Amino acid sequence: MPRLAPPLAPGEETILSVDGLKVNYGAVAAIRGISLDVKAGEVVALLGANGAGKSTMLRTISGLIRPRAGAISFADERIDRLPPARIVRLGIAHSPEGRRVFGSLSVAENLRLGAAARPDRSTMEADREGVYALFPRLRERMGQAAGTLSGGEQQMLALGRALMAKPKLLLLDEPSLGLAPLVIVSIFKTLAELKAQGVTMLLVEQNITTALGLADRAYVLRTGEIALSGAASELRANYEEVAAAYLGARG
Amino acid sequence: MNTGFYIAQQVINAISLGSLYALVAIGLSMVFGILRMTNFAHGDMMMVGAFGTLVLGWLGLPFGLAFLGGIAIGAIAGVIVERTAYRPVRGSADVTLLLTSLAVTYILENLGILVFSSSPRNFPIPDWMNEALQFYDGQITFTQINVATIVLTAVSLGFLGWFVTRTDAGLGMRAAAEDLGAAQLVGLDVNKLIIVAFAIASGFAGLAGILWAAQSGIVEPDMGFTPLLKAFVAAIIGGFGSIAGALLGGYILGALEVFIVAFLPSEVSPYRDAIVFALLIAFLLFRPNGLLNRTQEVKL
Amino acid sequence: MSRAAAFVATIVAVAVVAGLVAILPQLVNDYIVRVVIVMCISGVLVASMGLGNGFTGVFSLGHVGFVAVGAYVSGILSLSQAAKHSYLPDLPGWLSGITLPFLPATIVAGLVCVVLALVVGAPLMRLSGYFVSVATLGFLIIVNVVLINAVDFTRGARTFTGVPLETTLRWAAGWLVVTVIVLARVVYSPTGRRYLSVREDVIAARAVGIKVLPARLSAFTLGAFFAGVGGSLYGHYLGSFSPASFYMAYTFALISMLVIGGMQSISGALVGVVVVTVLSEVLRNLERGLDFGAFAIPPLYGASQIVLGIIFILIMIFRPSGIMGDREFGLGRFVKRKRA
Repeated sequence: MPRLAPPLAPGEETILSVDGLKVNYGAVAAIRGISLDVKAGEVVALLGANGAGKSTMLRTISGLIRPRAGAISFADERIDRLPPARIVRLGIAHSPEGRRVFGSLSVAENLRLGAAARPDRSTMEADREGVYALFPRLRERMGQAAGTLSGGEQQMLALGRALMAKPKLLLLDEPSLGLAPLVIVSIFKTLAELKAQGVTMLLVEQNITTALGLADRAYVLRTGEIALSGAASELRANYEEVAAAYLGARG
Repeated sequence: MNTGFYIAQQVINAISLGSLYALVAIGLSMVFGILRMTNFAHGDMMMVGAFGTLVLGWLGLPFGLAFLGGIAIGAIAGVIVERTAYRPVRGSADVTLLLTSLAVTYILENLGILVFSSSPRNFPIPDWMNEALQFYDGQITFTQINVATIVLTAVSLGFLGWFVTRTDAGLGMRAAAEDLGAAQLVGLDVNKLIIVAFAIASGFAGLAGILWAAQSGIVEPDMGFTPLLKAFVAAIIGGFGSIAGALLGGYILGALEVFIVAFLPSEVSPYRDAIVFALLIAFLLFRPNGLLNRTQEVKL
Repeated sequence: MSRAAAFVATIVAVAVVAGLVAILPQLVNDYIVRVVIVMCISGVLVASMGLGNGFTGVFSLGHVGFVAVGAYVSGILSLSQAAKHSYLPDLPGWLSGITLPFLPATIVAGLVCVVLALVVGAPLMRLSGYFVSVATLGFLIIVNVVLINAVDFTRGARTFTGVPLETTLRWAAGWLVVTVIVLARVVYSPTGRRYLSVREDVIAARAVGIKVLPARLSAFTLGAFFAGVGGSLYGHYLGSFSPASFYMAYTFALISMLVIGGMQSISGALVGVVVVTVLSEVLRNLERGLDFGAFAIPPLYGASQIVLGIIFILIMIFRPSGIMGDREFGLGRFVKRKRA
């Protein structure tokens, strides 16, 4: 299988660091001072209930939302004031919640747009082949309008589109949302393959078990703050503690 | 006169008029698709393009170059308007966008009056363009301008088709029209795409303006307003925001106008514009997404 | 503020206006009186436009269509028999036989607009956003085409003339006071609160049981009544006019007053009228050119409109809710306190 992302040795090199981040929607605080980091080659999960601030965190990292306070650094560069296009160019690709594929464009065109921000386009065809190898279903439907795909296929396309940017960091917002259990298993199998290739990921999920099965570490968010964090193996062992942190807002 | 020839003649007239409407409507739809803006100033790019050609002709440029220069001036004017007036209000309420474009129209038309006065000016064209081509003993006649209009529109549409399906910028524009947020997330530079969209839209309007002036023989500051309103009708009939829809709507409208005058009793002809706008209102009420567009919220 | 106090405030305001109207012609020259008359007419038109466009948030571009209908209807009704014979010889008998005084002609003009607004608004007020704007613009164009072609009634594109010049300062100011009082009573009442909730959030308004279509339609219709009245006033001020008098240029002039003043309050409409009228008058005088002997500025036709357009855009960028926003002063503020 062709490599989709530059290999990065898992290690101690911090690739993304978020420091004291605060984000407001109007007068409402969505993130109230969160610090976290992601190291190269790691898969980090952000867990939490609806409205905990998980998607807001990803959208702020991508530059769609301006933070009120705090700093975001990526590969030692401040990115919290940069426009989204620059951030993608630096190597952060975002597969958004609800997939958001371009429905009237074909599968192949969606993938081509995924590479739009890359300075080096010479290997684009090879990379598209790489995505087709990862998701053979997309190859079968390459000429089809993305809007006519099934939910699972659209999720594959959203992932493939993000991978076409050759990201150093992949932001995944609820890749399991609205999908049948078997499809979720298959998507996460692919994510595990990507992880084995050394792709760094920051994963937002509602499904704790699935996410902790893939992640190296996890943060549990609750109403805009970190309620709990640790290695995925520890958290798996203390499932009740995670569930308590997760549900704290309601309890 | 042979009925068949009469109909054929009217079809040619309809294609010629429809081409102009399509050229203007496509730009309206492109801009609406990306920015959700009803750009009233779009029609003024017709005026800018036509005056551009006129002035370049005064400066001694041959007609062909003045023609291309007029298109370029239209395109540049569109980009300037986007950059100075529209970008600061981008993302505001629908009404704010609409009113801003209305104000731009007002400014541009008065700028036209200030520079060129409000009275119409002759728009000189080379003699060959006025030559009539006659077929079947003059039963079907069209001038070279009609031919030029149809051919140049076809060429422009071919260019646009190539652009939106084969280039990254064109794909990006379609992506941005569909989901601006997702387009940003894949790293498309939305500002650049919007500039490209305005340049193409305004260039097309400029072309339409030059052809319009060539057909009527005159240029005047408010020449773009009525065609703009017609282009709104065309774009909405086709499905506002859809390029293919605008194209279809343009030709449908051209045909409708020509046929109202050609085939209905002569008492009806003066009410042509009223019929057209009644059709617009009917479409808004009964088929608000037009013939080709995807569903969007237009009703309560 | 109690109802009685509001009543007193209204009486005081009316008395002040009446006093001003009585003494103004003694204080200033004819030119200024004429400008004030035009301001009063514009006030009627802009405030009534603000009812639908500002308070219910349905931005109609068709208001001037009603103004045109008002001007022509009352013009036809109040033309003298002699004028009818010479200018409109083909008028149907039932119309050519009557000549109404100014007030009834004006009221009939308003009522005709009410009927028209109900017919036009019933379908159009279902549309949202820019679609309603484009559709109402279509209405304006249809009115224009019909006026140009209904030659028997309007003399077509030619100038409609012979309308008695009856719009004095008293009439104009009087109608402005009536308009403002009626609109204020509607806007700052439960009906007005329904309008606002329809503007802010259609779905939420529905959820609490507010019927959106009747709210929008009633505002549109009441606005149309005063548009017809204002049209009559304007027609009887000008004496002669044509369909082109009531088209895009006039639409933009009224919209710029509404937007610059602020379309979410009645005071905003009035402030906009004053600011834009004064500005236009000053600019128009400059535009004709200045002559300082050796140093002369040539006439710059169109320059005043350009300046107005630029101010309009600056307002859109920096203060999209206009000078007044949703604030009121004077009479309006008293009424508003009652609401709070």
